[in-house]
Amino acid sequence: MLMARPRTFLLAALTASVVLGFFQSQIDLYYVDVLTKIAINITLAVSLNLINGYAGQFSLGHAGFMAVGAYTAAAMTMFLGPKILPAQAPVALTLIWFLLALYAGGLVAATAGLLVGAPSLRLKGDYLAIVTLGFGQIIAVVFRNIEPLGGALGLNGIPAYTNLFWVFGVAVLTTYVVTTMVNSTYGRGFLATHDDEVAAEAMGVNTTRYKIVAFVIGAFFAGIAGGLYGHFNLTINPRGFDFNKSIEIVVMVIVGGMGNTRGVILAAVLLTLLPEGLRAMAGWSPLLKWIGESRPLLYSILLIGIMLLRPQGLFAFGKRTVKVK
Amino acid sequence: MSALLQLNQTTIRFGGLTAVSKLDLVVNEHELIGLIGPNGAGKTTVFNIVTGVYQPTEGTITFDGEPTARLKPYELAKLGIARTFQNIRLFASMSVFDNVRTAVQLHRPHGVRNALWRGREFHDSEKGVETQVMDLLDIFNLGRFRDSDSKSLPYGDQRRLEIVRALATKPKLLLLDEPAAGMNPSEKTELMKLIQFVKDKFQIAVLLVEHDMQVVMGICERIAVLDYGVKIAEGSPVEIRKNPKVIEAYLGEESIKT
Repeated sequence: MLMARPRTFLLAALTASVVLGFFQSQIDLYYVDVLTKIAINITLAVSLNLINGYAGQFSLGHAGFMAVGAYTAAAMTMFLGPKILPAQAPVALTLIWFLLALYAGGLVAATAGLLVGAPSLRLKGDYLAIVTLGFGQIIAVVFRNIEPLGGALGLNGIPAYTNLFWVFGVAVLTTYVVTTMVNSTYGRGFLATHDDEVAAEAMGVNTTRYKIVAFVIGAFFAGIAGGLYGHFNLTINPRGFDFNKSIEIVVMVIVGGMGNTRGVILAAVLLTLLPEGLRAMAGWSPLLKWIGESRPLLYSILLIGIMLLRPQGLFAFGKRTVKVK
Repeated sequence: MSALLQLNQTTIRFGGLTAVSKLDLVVNEHELIGLIGPNGAGKTTVFNIVTGVYQPTEGTITFDGEPTARLKPYELAKLGIARTFQNIRLFASMSVFDNVRTAVQLHRPHGVRNALWRGREFHDSEKGVETQVMDLLDIFNLGRFRDSDSKSLPYGDQRRLEIVRALATKPKLLLLDEPAAGMNPSEKTELMKLIQFVKDKFQIAVLLVEHDMQVVMGICERIAVLDYGVKIAEGSPVEIRKNPKVIEAYLGEESIKT
């Protein structure tokens, strides 16, 4: 079990995030960068795992929800903030405003999740995957054509509010919410929906409701992750949230093991470190350089290999993993 | 005895095919009634109509005095209709315990908020669930398999687990779809005892679809016979056994003449 005592885990992990945020200035900038990416990817992968792993609904649109959150939060801090907050606002006030912006990003993304989810959840398997994929594409096109939000150039000069405390705090919160929800009698409904919808319905499980809850909560945290990403990268544009980004998150979930939160966290860490490591090793030999440059290819091979050899995911040791059908 | 489930002139068509035609059927409270018929007679279709998987094209169904038109399967489960499946449909990724636990949640106050907060309410509730599940499992001697994968159980135990799971929803009516399929004679005898026991212990009505005459004739109080979607006979096992229409449907016309 990830958490035998979930509330203790929550407190301890949040405290660790505070400490990490406090000592951020002591850490080398490169490592801060990598750690931030790791935490954001954990948030994305764990939230997608609720949809794809536990509830068994294959979504390829996670980057779309991330985009919605990123743009909403950035618009709040860049455009709305200066109008509402007094000039030279105290730090505490800007922080609260940032928190509100992240929350708003999550809420708008969750609404998008509801709007996409409610009608398309009548579809199953591949068909649902195609609809969510289409949603991701549409979101990118929509943002490309909203001129006030920068159009194809995207938004630049987003304030640098994101720090290690925020990203790890959110990653911890996401993990806590997904884990406590699934590991309860209530949460068995997600697995039942995944295993056999007809049997689940016959046992009184409202599968539509569970699917929508999974989509809404998954999208909510993807939206927050997007907001954090925007205020970390300081610039966002529609291309950053394309199909490749969605696939990257899906790969983390599959490598970690569908419905295995611990494995998915490990996979998120490793797959974030992998390109960094390959970049560092690029000087050693031309082969390593080539591998580093062809990361998409590497991902595809990794995916095929895992599907063939270890469909339950690399890190499935316990019984928590949902069986792959 | 009052009527629990009532089908009035229920008809369902798939395209040009009338799978069930003008079926009248009554299941009374605490009654064990059998629904038999040759392959393709529409027995499982009747189950699917009663449980809300299909909507009838014509006719009405009332359960416990309420019309069930347009209710979803999970809503009917809440009203008190539970079922098992012809080809066992357990939750494959869950343990034996969790299979039953999923069904137990139907009549329990629970929700996301309690699960997230993990306060005393949550722990009390989960403890209650555990007792309820274990009591049920122990009645059917499945307690020792508590943490096993549901799919790793022997075939007969899987069938029993499916019945336990259905009972966990606290039904008033239990629909059993060919529970004896694939069982050997001694398992069948066990099963007959089990069904009788379930009916008496939980004070529920049972509607049994079954191919196996020995099982149906042995335990059912009343039997309805379907052939090509039409009810051709209804009565006590003795009456059904002598009914020429039934013999014809099962054995063919020729065998009656000779």
